[in-house]
Amino acid sequence: MEKVTTINTLKIREDFPVLKRQVNGKNLVYFDNAATSQKPNLVIDAISTYYRQYNANVHRGIHKLAEEATLAHEEAREKIAKFINARHTEEIVFTRNATEAINLVAYSWGRANITKGDKIVLTIIEHHSNIVPWQVLAQEKNAQIEFIKIDENGLLLEKDINDLIDERTKLVGVTHASNVLGTIAPIKEICKRAHRFGAKVMVDAAQSTPHMRVDVRDIDSDFFAFSAHKMLGPTGIGALHGKRECLESMPPFLAGGEMIKEVHSTGSTWKELPYKFEAGTPNIAGAIGFGAAIDYLNKIGIQNVRDHEKDITAYALARMSTVNGLTVYGPKSTDQRVGVVSFNLGDIHAHDLATILDEEGIAVRSGHHCAQPLMEFLDVPAMSRASFYIYNTREEVDTFINALEKARKLFRS
Amino acid sequence: MSSDIYRDIILDYYRNPRNFGDLTNPDVRAKDSNPLCGDVIEMQLKIEDSRIVDVRFKGRGCAISQASASMLTEAVKGKTLDEIKGFGKSDVLNLLGIDPGPTRIKCALLGLKVVKLGVYGYLGQAVTDDVKQLV
Repeated sequence: MEKVTTINTLKIREDFPVLKRQVNGKNLVYFDNAATSQKPNLVIDAISTYYRQYNANVHRGIHKLAEEATLAHEEAREKIAKFINARHTEEIVFTRNATEAINLVAYSWGRANITKGDKIVLTIIEHHSNIVPWQVLAQEKNAQIEFIKIDENGLLLEKDINDLIDERTKLVGVTHASNVLGTIAPIKEICKRAHRFGAKVMVDAAQSTPHMRVDVRDIDSDFFAFSAHKMLGPTGIGALHGKRECLESMPPFLAGGEMIKEVHSTGSTWKELPYKFEAGTPNIAGAIGFGAAIDYLNKIGIQNVRDHEKDITAYALARMSTVNGLTVYGPKSTDQRVGVVSFNLGDIHAHDLATILDEEGIAVRSGHHCAQPLMEFLDVPAMSRASFYIYNTREEVDTFINALEKARKLFRS
Repeated sequence: MSSDIYRDIILDYYRNPRNFGDLTNPDVRAKDSNPLCGDVIEMQLKIEDSRIVDVRFKGRGCAISQASASMLTEAVKGKTLDEIKGFGKSDVLNLLGIDPGPTRIKCALLGLKVVKLGVYGYLGQAVTDDVKQLV
């Protein structure tokens, strides 16, 4: 197989200190990027520089440090807005993570707009984070939830998309890229259909934004959520993109300091966007680290990231097809999937397999991947999952394949 | 490959579980699961004079959970209920012959938790906190 990758992986690896680690006497092979990515020095240093040189609270102080901190915090917001091609910077609301971003929409928009008998359409490949907030809302409002199913290749059924999204639908919740199957969903078409009936669309973009070009204007999503820690940034910070007119019409999610314009004993008024949704002192260091992660991805070029991952994924899929007894889930073509490959080996339980791989220094995820409805639908109790990023190499895939062969021999599977 | 956790004896108990299946008219049935792995274990006990005279288990899940549950059935047969109450983590690790490490210990202890749930239930006593914390 000819290499099509355009980035210098060996040079990139130098930027990630953790990749020099040994695990169980072996070189670390980090294939758990869909859970969280590793962090480059640029991000680690940006966070440490904030704490060492200009630590201050944002938006209120009239001193030099507060001014610098506020500037860095708001610059990060601008970088994020540009990265996803948002129309306005104030459409970016900082949250703790993608889950909180979805909860913000479910609590604020959902409670104001969903009423008895309304329909919420989700997909069977959603992560729990884009299911449970809607279940809580539906139970409270007596609304109904329906699921778009998938075909044997893990692609969303066009028929379900057309049949289920109708005039009763108020919200469609859809993952941009599945954290289990890697499936890239046709979210632009889904938004188009939902908007015909006046429904809003909540896109869970936690697995797409780190790995491919996303353009919220082109997609035309109403709400779009992602997390920094899956895209080279720190944990504890994520973002919600919402169309300005949607966010403006919504009541606050959390109330308190930072989000108010005026507070009187008789009542309060809210700040303008995005601060209306950012109560309390924000994760300043996190936002600055998030901005640095975007700088790093921009330096490489997001299309180069995507091309590299397509190459690694195609190589992994080809090599995995030679392992006896290995079942691989999800779309066959790398055009239809991101660099997430879930699998089972014979009758070896996913956790046993992950333990054996760990003994070889290979980090994979195993279990239900916070997608129990999908596991039920596929009638599989658990899967192991390898997921790739810019620093992974074909040589690491070879190490992984050898370890799978060892596991097969050990279990005589 | 020198896999310490997957010693031959553990794989043997996983592939050929001892005391697997059902008892006729058991005095106790207890069942629990490990949410991390999705392991499920059911224990059935026959009890006479405060002593376990027969035991079977059923379940599904990883090799560690199934093998340790099977080994445990052999260890508890013939023991008094008071002896079972005194059974702990170290007894299970002795049976396995290895410490599976912090991420997998819950798999190893699921069988013990279920036996204890069954015994406390049979005696009509409240389950102690240390049992709840096993898995």
